[in-house]
Amino acid sequence: MKILKLFFIIFFIFSFNHLKANNEIMKSKITKNLRCLICQGQSVYDSDSEFANSLKVLVDKKLNEGLSEKQIYSYFKDKYGEWILYDPELNKNTYILWLLPILIFLIGGAIISKSFIIKKK
Amino acid sequence: MKNKFFSIFIIFAFISVFIIFYKGLQDTNLYTPETKINNEIPSFSAELFYSNKIVNSSEIFELNKFYLLNIWSSWCIPCRQEHSLLMDLTKNKNIEVIGINYKDTKINAKNFLNEFGNPYEKIIFDKDGTKAIEWGAFGVPESFLIYNNKIKKKYIGPLNNKIIKEIRFTVK
Repeated sequence: MKILKLFFIIFFIFSFNHLKANNEIMKSKITKNLRCLICQGQSVYDSDSEFANSLKVLVDKKLNEGLSEKQIYSYFKDKYGEWILYDPELNKNTYILWLLPILIFLIGGAIISKSFIIKKK
Repeated sequence: MKNKFFSIFIIFAFISVFIIFYKGLQDTNLYTPETKINNEIPSFSAELFYSNKIVNSSEIFELNKFYLLNIWSSWCIPCRQEHSLLMDLTKNKNIEVIGINYKDTKINAKNFLNEFGNPYEKIIFDKDGTKAIEWGAFGVPESFLIYNNKIKKKYIGPLNNKIIKEIRFTVK
């Protein structure tokens, strides 16, 4: 019986740790994708400014409240605008950014394949 | 013929690239978050500075009244500059000044208020800076003009005479 109890305690501690660790990984993932507005060019994760530290606290709080990654991003986007995210979403303002590389790639491919076809002839 | 066309194209491309980069040099690369005018004020619960009571934001801001929400801190130098202007603004009965004490200790903040005067009707105590984030602020000082639970205007940085004049004109 004692062993069973001990086993349960150990099990609980481990499961709790696991939860905490998951949150930590998520937190660092999210803060790496948030731009610090004080020291622009640095992520919130890298920065130690007052603003970045508050943001880290808030991300922690939101994760503990059970919000998903997406919900947290949209929360910050709502407060500070699209700029705060390092990874911009595909929308009407950013479609050129997303589609231009693909377009250039396709055009380049077309030019190369065309020149190959001409050479073959 | 083809060669001539090609060289003209190259020159044209260089000139356009030069113009784009030259224009880009003069652009500021500091981004300030866009302010959404007429946005609803955030709802949050916060601790009041003097009474230590936890209140909801809806209890602080009433309808049909102008408020100036000022984020300040005792360690912030520009806040000292604008403080006399805030003190001046309290003489105006049409507007109430609400403070958010940002990442400060109560002792330092109280010393600050004793030294320079207290223009704030109520002060929200924001120890970890998360309340300021609710407002979309990212530094001190920052001020918001609020009417009917909506943000009418946002001022980043210390207030100056011109802004105060504008506020007075708005609340008249």
